[in-house]
Amino acid sequence: MEKIVAWIDDRFPMTKVWEEHMAKYYAPKNFNFWYYFGSLAILMLVMQIVTGIFLTMHYKPDTELAFTSVEYIMRDVPWGWLIRYLHAIGASMFFIVVYLHMFRAMIYGSYRGPRELIWIFGMVIFIALMAESFMGYLLPWGNMSFWGAQVIISLFGAIPYVGDGLVEWLRGDFVISDATLNRFFAFHVAAVPLALCLLVYLHIVALHKVGSNNPDGIEIKENKDENGIPKDGIPFHPYYTVKDIVGVVVFLMVFSAIIFFVPELDGWFLEKDNFTPADPLTTPPHIVPLWYFTPYYSILRAVTWEWLPGGAKLWGVIAMGASLVILFFLPWLDKSPVKSIRYRGPLFKVALAIFIVAFIMLGWLGTQPAEGINTLLAQIGLFIYFGFFLLMPIYTKMDKTKPVPERLT
Amino acid sequence: MKKLILILSLVASPAFAAGGGAHLDDVDIDLSDKASLQSGARIFVNYCLSCHSAKFMRYNRMAADLEIPEEVVEENLMFTTDRIGGLMKTTMPPEDAKKWFGKAPPDLSLIARSRGPEWLYTYMRSFYLDDTSPSGWNNVLFEKVAMPHVLYNLQGARNAVFKKDEHGAEVFDRYEMVKPGTMNEEEFDVAMRDLTSFLVYVGEPAKMVRYKLGIYVLIFLLILLVPAYLLKKEYFKDVH
Repeated sequence: MEKIVAWIDDRFPMTKVWEEHMAKYYAPKNFNFWYYFGSLAILMLVMQIVTGIFLTMHYKPDTELAFTSVEYIMRDVPWGWLIRYLHAIGASMFFIVVYLHMFRAMIYGSYRGPRELIWIFGMVIFIALMAESFMGYLLPWGNMSFWGAQVIISLFGAIPYVGDGLVEWLRGDFVISDATLNRFFAFHVAAVPLALCLLVYLHIVALHKVGSNNPDGIEIKENKDENGIPKDGIPFHPYYTVKDIVGVVVFLMVFSAIIFFVPELDGWFLEKDNFTPADPLTTPPHIVPLWYFTPYYSILRAVTWEWLPGGAKLWGVIAMGASLVILFFLPWLDKSPVKSIRYRGPLFKVALAIFIVAFIMLGWLGTQPAEGINTLLAQIGLFIYFGFFLLMPIYTKMDKTKPVPERLT
Repeated sequence: MKKLILILSLVASPAFAAGGGAHLDDVDIDLSDKASLQSGARIFVNYCLSCHSAKFMRYNRMAADLEIPEEVVEENLMFTTDRIGGLMKTTMPPEDAKKWFGKAPPDLSLIARSRGPEWLYTYMRSFYLDDTSPSGWNNVLFEKVAMPHVLYNLQGARNAVFKKDEHGAEVFDRYEMVKPGTMNEEEFDVAMRDLTSFLVYVGEPAKMVRYKLGIYVLIFLLILLVPAYLLKKEYFKDVH
């Protein structure tokens, strides 16, 4: 055995990589509940790729056959229903995990220097994941697939001068059609997953270069023993591998409970209107994107001020884009001397609490018709959303922070 | 954390309230009740399948899942094909259907998933006589529906009585029996529950196994959690 390892190590840095990234990668010893979601996100990525490969064996990217082929998977392919549920509901679970992972970064300041690049890679992953799930949602060719894609692609038409041409170029046709379905399929199964794998690799390499943050927001590398090992660090393997197994099992229990007992989750994970084949002549009463898009969809619809130059639709699209772009700047908007919420003052805590409530409210409003008080609420949500980020340099500077201890608590 | 869960549960509750505001009757679906499913299958192939298809459903799959011997299916339940592995298609050409009804009758494979069982159960029990409609029938739940009341000889023919509400709008009040059918109200309700159950089954045949399988999977994960947790505890006992 040792000879084999030595033979490989002479030709490939196997032991070196293993030690650098697992056995001798020192992670802070005080990871809590919020630190499960990184490894769970990797689990979900692998789950989506593996189930996706099996779905591809039976799915037909053709407007005449797509809907039927999905039902064929659900009925005639052995275990097809389970693979398909794992994939379709897995998308929602992936977003839950990713949102909680991002929330963790926000409460413990994991995006702060020297981890800005980790955050930026993570944000690109988030955008790629949105593209991936949006294009994947068209593939079953249900009526909501069709109309959801119709609404989102037509948004690009709001861009002055090039809008109409751009929309046609994206669709590959004058309407959502077979050409659209085929290119979405190509992006969904090949281009975006490849990009995602590369981005996840970069995300982890960047993380292992600077080391993980922790709930105290203290750099453990500043306190090393005589061997150069952080005093508050423990090797990732075996400590966090065994800990993450517990997280995986608990997560799989939640995931299984949904898949086996409530796969539609009352329309939140599988929408009723998507059990009808795509019909360009029948618009669903409410076109509702899946829940993980609804906060941004709400921001888009909240902009109803027609007096804006270029019209409300254009500014809605700009607001929606800006709501994602602004997240990239988070590391530089936060001027607090401390990272973790544990040592921050009341201003940040209140701001974050209001932001979370507004974000969830925006998400809920995105599932409701944009009428009456809903539009006003969405506009309030929009101002809170942007206010949280744009005012951050001010309130994080003014905030009364607590002294940060030398070592982890 | 607890606060977060509370907020989430508050936000989740009003989600996707049924559109239109029509009242839907609750229906008790029990897919382990094979007799109910078999009765629903009988009604379906005799009354529905002549116009509506269930084109994703296979006869032999139904036979196996509902525990009906294949010979019985072939002799009594298969009118549109002679292959037991065939799909439940209708013999009515869609062009003719469109001519006769104004709209081709929709495929019913997934109707229980797109409409919901309560909707189907209520819809099938909401037909009334209406001279002004082309078919002579109308439906309280689905106004001006193209479909005639196919089951009127079971339920009987009824008139609907409307009254004015406080805003002066016409609202449904009650039914009046004109010509009784072969079933009384209770029997018809049971028959429609059976039909609805059958359509719920047809919407997702995997339902027959997934609940049971889910329990095994959860028990397995629960057992797996014990060594996983103990292993973690063992490693972390030295970490302070």
